[in-house]
Amino acid sequence: MTALGDVLHLLFTANLWQATLAAAVLLLLPALGGVISERSGVVNIAMEGMMLTGAFFGVVADLAWHNVWLATGVAILAGGLMGTIHAVVSIQFRADQIVSGIAINIFAGGLTVFLVNRIYGLQDVGHVGQSELLPYINIPVLDQIPFFGKVLFQQNVVVYAALVLLVLTHVVLFRTRLGLRIRAVGEHPQAADTAGINVFMLRYGAVITSGLLSGLAGAFLAIGVSNTFVPGMTDGRGYIALAAMIFGKWTPFGAFIACLIFGLGEAIYANNSIIHISPYLLSMLPYLITLIVLAGLVGRSTPPAADGLPYVPGSE
Amino acid sequence: MSDTTPLAVDMRGITKQFPGVLANNHVDFSVRHGEIHALVGENGAGKSTLMNILYGLVHPDSGEIVINGKPAHIGEPRDAISLGIGMVHQHFMLIPVFSVGENIMLGREPVTGPDLYDHAHARAAINDLTKRYGLALDPDARMGDLPVGLQQRAEIVKVLYRGANYLVLDEPTGVLTPQETKELFVVLRDLVKAGKTIIFISHKLKEVLDISDRITVMRRGRVVGHLITKDTNEEEIATLMVGREVLLRVDKKPANPGAVVLTVENLAATSDRGVPALKGISFELRQGEILGVAGVEGNGQSELMEVIAGTRHASGGRVLLGDRDITTYDARTERDAGVAFIPEDRRGTGLVLSFSIAENSILGRERAPTFSWRQFVLRLVAIREWARKLVKEFDIRTPSIDVAARNLSGGNQQKVIVAREMGSQPKVLLAAQPTRGVDIGAIEFIHRQIVKERDGGAAVLLVSAELDEVRSLSDRIAVMYEGRIVSIEPPDTPEERLGLLMTGGGAQKGAA
Repeated sequence: MTALGDVLHLLFTANLWQATLAAAVLLLLPALGGVISERSGVVNIAMEGMMLTGAFFGVVADLAWHNVWLATGVAILAGGLMGTIHAVVSIQFRADQIVSGIAINIFAGGLTVFLVNRIYGLQDVGHVGQSELLPYINIPVLDQIPFFGKVLFQQNVVVYAALVLLVLTHVVLFRTRLGLRIRAVGEHPQAADTAGINVFMLRYGAVITSGLLSGLAGAFLAIGVSNTFVPGMTDGRGYIALAAMIFGKWTPFGAFIACLIFGLGEAIYANNSIIHISPYLLSMLPYLITLIVLAGLVGRSTPPAADGLPYVPGSE
Repeated sequence: MSDTTPLAVDMRGITKQFPGVLANNHVDFSVRHGEIHALVGENGAGKSTLMNILYGLVHPDSGEIVINGKPAHIGEPRDAISLGIGMVHQHFMLIPVFSVGENIMLGREPVTGPDLYDHAHARAAINDLTKRYGLALDPDARMGDLPVGLQQRAEIVKVLYRGANYLVLDEPTGVLTPQETKELFVVLRDLVKAGKTIIFISHKLKEVLDISDRITVMRRGRVVGHLITKDTNEEEIATLMVGREVLLRVDKKPANPGAVVLTVENLAATSDRGVPALKGISFELRQGEILGVAGVEGNGQSELMEVIAGTRHASGGRVLLGDRDITTYDARTERDAGVAFIPEDRRGTGLVLSFSIAENSILGRERAPTFSWRQFVLRLVAIREWARKLVKEFDIRTPSIDVAARNLSGGNQQKVIVAREMGSQPKVLLAAQPTRGVDIGAIEFIHRQIVKERDGGAAVLLVSAELDEVRSLSDRIAVMYEGRIVSIEPPDTPEERLGLLMTGGGAQKGAA
């Protein structure tokens, strides 16, 4: 069989698309967080660190309490805590938001390795039992639909949650008063302030929300897709989510489409056993597409006007 | 107005100290119901601080505010809004990517169900307001697509929507064409008829005399005069503002034009956004004359200056200096050829703000043998001497030549640029918005210097958004509209005709 034939064959298997969606969700959650944060005017490149922190504390909590829901809650809060740090540093103290983001990413990497050594010594972190992982749920009846049943309705609980969050984020940002205000704060904080809107509160809320979402992604990664914590296990997903956010022009659905493209690359890579192209070449493809697309094929991607600019009340 | 009616706004003994500046020094400011009250003063006189205090953006160190007879505590804009105070800021508080409706509603959005933005209600509320006050506006238009005049109208509707009875307008005419200014004044008079009270901040004295009932003049943080508009005149206000007598008319002899120095032939160029900005510009500029370019901003004036100055590429046509083709010259070779340029954005392109006055005074001339040895090592002594000379000749107010340009006032920053450019004794002087955001005193000085340059034999090309400036300085006026010179007019052309030409109307007279 030719290589092209292999790929085509693979593209028609439900397994591939099931894996694609799961991989995409892992990116979608932090990307949604990024969209919310940056729409409010705070640049957030710290999703990687927030996700990693969430993954670590999720595993720790799950091993300690043997309760996956509690552990997921801990993971979300851990991500939210990192988000709070980013918020305080960049909103309250008006520090450079890129620097703060980098600091959080490095800090999260160091902190988790340190704590792994401290808590578990030099041994492995240990594995979470099968029954203590985020469950896969088959939706009755719907999961029997040929092809689509497997892709859409035989998924992890987090995948369903993420799809709900995707729609929710879109509706909140573009259909509600809250969303209008978040976007106003990200476009022109002075205008929002003079209209009586609390710029600081909204920005805090948005940045912390991005941490919560990244924390959930961390939980999905460590106690859903995998069953343990490995240092650096996020493997750049927070950054890929960042690219997806920009690729998607700071919109939830745009980011989702980008996540699907990246997810497809990951899924093809994971299912490479049946094709005869170097898997490394294949795994490169989505990023190559991104570079080409970002270079101008989809038109310029314009961030919110006040993205990255700290707000000083009374300034112009 | 009977004596029993309380004042609309009464600010008493307002004092505000900023680091190093006493912005408001026991300021008393009172406004009656139903009047248009002008607040005038130079930059830094404390007008904006006073109004920011009234609007809750700045908190005074001492003093009290009484609104409609009741003592008021205004901690933040929300408090001011609930007291019926509305502010139309000089820099519009509008979000270009939002619709007109969303901009107006922001902060007080109608909602249905669980926090959903209610478009239908918003539209109805705006249509109701625009009808009541005769302010036509399309609530669904994208704000960024509207001309400045309509954006300002949206700002006014925004303030009215919040139920404002007392409207503060900060320098509202600065961005408007003469025609738009007229329309604004009609709107303001209608608002007063509808029972509103207006505080009008400006430094354009003609407009103040035209629109206001009473005037409060501020200088250096203090109130220096309360005037009744019909009993005063421009000279009196200007004298109070500046603290000395000011020459408002430019005093100049008739021009004595010599040989043609600069020839522009069929010049074309594109803007930063890649659209044609100059569509075939031709004119001649002679020694000893000032050619003023009038036009609404954004009609190609900036691009014209940049192409001639060598900071933008021409896409067609020629620029001749004498008989030398300088079309493709860059900024440095232009300078060497004798073209000096006062750019419109003094903080962005005119100065390096973190450099000292001495360093700024030789920018672009640092290779000259006077200032450097073999174009490599700076002659610091000579540079400092030069800077001191400029500071003295051009009356730059600074404690020393080592002060960073950032720390000078706008007027003094502009004087540094003007001094540097004129100091090179150019054949051609390009002056773009030479007095934008500069005080009356400094304007007077800069105008005199430009005329002096002309009388010394230089050819001056002046671009200004201020029609008054173009009319009082120029020997000929070129009107630009959409990348073309639509007409060249004598300096005594009535404002109305220029205004019409600037907006694309009027007869097509033969361009020179």
